[in-house]
Amino acid sequence: MDITHNAVHIILAFSMPPLLLGVIAKTKAVFAGRVGPPVLQAYYDLAKLFRKGSVFSTTTTWVFRAGPVVGLVTAGLAVLLVPLVHDKTPIPFTGDFILLAYLFGLGRFFTASAALDTGSAFEGMGAAREVTFACLAEPALFLGLLVLAKLSGSLSLATMLAKPDWVNAGASLALVLLSWFIVLLAENSRIPFDDPNTHLELTMIHEVMVLDHSGPALGMILYGAALKFFVFGALIVRLAIPVATDYPWLDWPIFVGGMLAVAVAVGVVESTMARLRLTHVPILLVAACLLSAFGIILLMR
Amino acid sequence: MSEVLVLLGTTLAASSGIPGLFLGRRTPAGQWLATLLTVAAAGFGLSGVGVFWAWGDSRPIDVPWPIVSGAAFAVAVDGLSALFLVPVFLISLLGSVYGLGYWKQSEHPENGRKLRLFYGLLTAGMALVVVARNGILFLAAWEVMALAAFFLVTTEDHQRPAREAGWIYLVATHTATLVLFALFALLHAASHSFALVPLKDGAATPGMLTAIFVCALVGFGVKAGIMPLHVWLPSAHAIAPSHVSALMSGVIIKMGVYGLFRVTSLLPNPPLAWGGTLLGLGVVSGILGVAFAIGQHDLKRLLAYHSIENIGIIIMGLGLALLGRSVGRADLVVLGAAGGLLHVWNHALFKALLFLGAGSVIHATHTREIDHLGGLSRRMPYTAFCFLVGAVAICGLPPLNGFVSEFLVYLGLFGSLTRDKGSAAAGAALAAPALALIGALAVACFVKVYGAVFLGTARSPHADDAHESGPSMIAPMGVLVACCLVIGLAPGWVAPLLAQGVSAWDRSLDNAGAELAAAPLGWVSLMGLVLLAGLLLGGGLLWCCLRRSDVARGATWGCGYVAPTARMQYTSSSFAQMLVGLFARVLLPRTRRPAVVGLFPQGTAFHSDVPDTVLDRAVLPAFRSGAWLFSWFRVFQQGSIQTYILYIFLALIALLLWRGP
Repeated sequence: MDITHNAVHIILAFSMPPLLLGVIAKTKAVFAGRVGPPVLQAYYDLAKLFRKGSVFSTTTTWVFRAGPVVGLVTAGLAVLLVPLVHDKTPIPFTGDFILLAYLFGLGRFFTASAALDTGSAFEGMGAAREVTFACLAEPALFLGLLVLAKLSGSLSLATMLAKPDWVNAGASLALVLLSWFIVLLAENSRIPFDDPNTHLELTMIHEVMVLDHSGPALGMILYGAALKFFVFGALIVRLAIPVATDYPWLDWPIFVGGMLAVAVAVGVVESTMARLRLTHVPILLVAACLLSAFGIILLMR
Repeated sequence: MSEVLVLLGTTLAASSGIPGLFLGRRTPAGQWLATLLTVAAAGFGLSGVGVFWAWGDSRPIDVPWPIVSGAAFAVAVDGLSALFLVPVFLISLLGSVYGLGYWKQSEHPENGRKLRLFYGLLTAGMALVVVARNGILFLAAWEVMALAAFFLVTTEDHQRPAREAGWIYLVATHTATLVLFALFALLHAASHSFALVPLKDGAATPGMLTAIFVCALVGFGVKAGIMPLHVWLPSAHAIAPSHVSALMSGVIIKMGVYGLFRVTSLLPNPPLAWGGTLLGLGVVSGILGVAFAIGQHDLKRLLAYHSIENIGIIIMGLGLALLGRSVGRADLVVLGAAGGLLHVWNHALFKALLFLGAGSVIHATHTREIDHLGGLSRRMPYTAFCFLVGAVAICGLPPLNGFVSEFLVYLGLFGSLTRDKGSAAAGAALAAPALALIGALAVACFVKVYGAVFLGTARSPHADDAHESGPSMIAPMGVLVACCLVIGLAPGWVAPLLAQGVSAWDRSLDNAGAELAAAPLGWVSLMGLVLLAGLLLGGGLLWCCLRRSDVARGATWGCGYVAPTARMQYTSSSFAQMLVGLFARVLLPRTRRPAVVGLFPQGTAFHSDVPDTVLDRAVLPAFRSGAWLFSWFRVFQQGSIQTYILYIFLALIALLLWRGP
C-alpha cells in the first residue's frame, strides 16, 4: 500500500509539473481569444532543450553551471516532502516543512549566484529582485505554517495538511489560503509579480536571471521551476480541498483536478491583472504576511 | 584531570607570545614558536575537554586566593564550559596558523610581536572565563580578555580608524565590566559568597533576581553584541587583523553568550518576562543585524553585522529555553538551549571561516571595499570555495551546520504552539516567521557578497592582480569547511555533547539526552546525504548532456549592447538598494546625489552608505552632552599628584568614619 502510494506520488510529482505550465498558457490563450500552444508544449520544450547545444559566457565559472543543478535538485527533493493525498509523503518527519522552505532557499542562493556569475547588469537586477521578494514571501509561508501547526498539533507537513479544520477555523484557513496563493504567484514569478513572457529584460525577475543559460542547463531550470510550482500548488490544493476518502482511485483524481484548477486560477489571474510596478511588489507581499498573521491571531484567542 | 589539562593549555596560550619578545624584530622564529605553543595549548585544552566528555572526569580545583575576601582560584569544567572551550582553543589554533601567512613577522616587524603576545593572552583569558567558578576570578579573567582584545583591535595603532575603533571598544567593554561588578556584588549579596553556584529558592527576592538578570543582560549583552548594545562591534571587527576578527567574532562575543547562559543557570524560577525579553531582543538583533549588514560596503564590517544577527539567533534559543523553564516544558528547554548552544559552535566555525576568507581576499587585493572587487573565484579558487561554504552555512541552508541549529530553534518555536493550548509560551511561536525573515535576508546578503566579490569580472586593478593565498592560510579554512560539513551531515554525533551542556544549564532536567534524541536529527543527516547525492547526480546529468552536445564560449548576453565593461556589472550597493529601501526607517541610509545640470553634464560622483544608527544617533550625542556635564568636574583635576593623594586620603578618612564605630 505504502509502496504503491509512494510510487504514484513520485511518478505524478515528476511527470505532471510541465503539464501545469501548459494549462496556464492555454488558459491565457483562451482569455486572449487565441488557440495557443498545445498543453504539452513544456514537455516538447524540455525534450528539445536537453538535446540542444549550449553557449557559456567567458566570464562564468562552475557556479554558473551549479545554479541550474542546485535549483533542480532542491525542487526535486522538495516534491518528495510535500503531501499530495492523505497524510502520507515519501519522506515524512517532524519539521520537514522547515527543510522544504530552506531547500528552496538553497536553490535561490545558487540560482541568484549563477546570475551574478555572468557579470551582466540585467541578471544582477533579476537576482536582486528575486532575493528581495523572497525575504517577504518566506515569513508569509511560515505564518501560514504556524496556523496549520496550531490547528493540527503536529510538526510534520503531511499531518498538518491532512484534514484542515474548515468547520471551526475556516476564517483562519481562508486567510492562509489567500496568503499562500499570493506566495505561489510571487515565488513562481507569475503576474502580478513578474511576467514570464515579457520581452523587456529590464522589467523581469526570474526570467532575466537565466538569460545566459542555454541548452540542457536551461532545460533544468525550466523543469526545476515547474517542480517548484507543483510544490506550492500541492500546498494550496491540500489546504483548499480537505477531502480524503479511503479510495485511492478517487483521491488521486481529486488531487490532479485540484492541481489543474490551481493552474487555471493562475492563468485567470494572469489574464485579468496587469503586473504591478516593481515598487509596489513589496506592498502586496507584506499584505500576504499580514493575512497569515491575522490567521494566527484569530487562533490565539 | 580535565581541569589540569585545560589550565595547562591556558598557561601555554598565555605564554605563547612571550619568547618572541626576546627575539629580533625581523626573525620569523618568534612567530613559529608562538604558533607551536598555541598548537600545544590547543592540544592540551581540547584533550582536557575530550577527557571530560569521554570519562566525565572533572575534579574542580579550589585554591584560596587572598586578594579580596571571598576570592578563590576556583576552576571546574562542566558540560557548559566544555562546549565553550572547544571554539576558544580550536579557533585560536587555526587563527594562529593562519597568521603565519597573513601577518608575517617579516612583513609586520613593528606590531607582529605585540599582536602575538595579546593573541595568546586573549585565548588564555577566554579559557579562564569559561572555567572560572568564582566571581572575582571570573572578573579578572574577563578583564584580561577585554584588554587583550583592545590591544589586538589597535594592532595598527598608527592608523586613525584603528585608534577610534579601539577607543569605542574600550569604553563599551568597561561600561560592561562596570555592570558586571554590580552583577557579582548582587550575586554576593544573595548567596553571601563569590562562588558561582546556583542560588537556592528563596535566597533572594524576585526583585533582586530580576536586578541580577538585568545586570547580566546588559553586561554580557554588550560583549555579545546584542542590538542595541552592539555599538563597538562593527568597527572593531572590521579594523582588527582578519585572524583576530575571526577570533573576536567567532569566540569573544560568545563569552557574552556564555555569561548569559551561566548566570541564568544560577538563578531559580525565571519569570516569563525574562524569556520573553530575551526572545524579543533576539528577534530585534537578528533582523536588524542582517538588515544593517545588507547596507554595508566594507567586507569585514558586513561580516561583523552578521555576528549581531547570529547572536540574535542564539539569544532566541536561550530565551525560548528560559520560557520553557518558566512554564515547565522540558522540550522547549532542550530544543532552545541545544539550538542556541549548537549555534554558538556553528557561528564560531562559519564566521571564523568567512573572516579568514575575507582576510585572504584582503591579503591579495589590499582592499575591503566590496565594490572594488569581483571575479576573484578565477584567481583564488580555494578561497572562493571556502567562502562559498561559509556563506551557505551562515544562511542556515542544508546540508551544512547552520541549518541544524536553526532547525532545532524552529522546532522549539513551533513546539511552543502545538503541545499545549493557550499556554503563555505560545507567543514564542511568533518568532518563527522572524527567523524565516532572518534566513531569507541572510541569503540576500550573502548572494550579494559572494556575487560581488568572487563572481563576474574584476572591478579594479587590485582585484585583477589578486593571487591565491599560501597553504598556511588555506589549510585552516579547509579544516573549518570540514567541520561545517561534519556537523551538518552528522548532527547526531554532537547531540550527546549538547545534551550535557543543556543538563549543566538546567540541573532540574534529568532526561535532556532523551528529549534531544526525540528531535529528528537522523532525518536531517539522511536528507543532507540525499541532497549531496542528488547534487552529484544532477551535476553528472548536466555533465553528460554537455558532453553529448556542442558547447561554445561567448560573451555575456548584453541585451544587444556589444561593448560591456566590468564597471557595468551590478554592484553590491545596487544589489542591496531595494532591501535597504525597505528598511530605510531604521537604517537611515545616507546618500550624496550629484546635481545633474545641463544637457551634457560633467562627470560626477554618487555616494551612499549605511552608518550605525545606534552609535551615530544615540550613543555619540549622549556622550557629547555627557562630556559637557562632566566638564564641571575639571575643577578637581589639578594635575598635581599631591592633590590626588590628598583626595585619596580624604576619601579613606571619610570611609573609616562611616564604617568605623
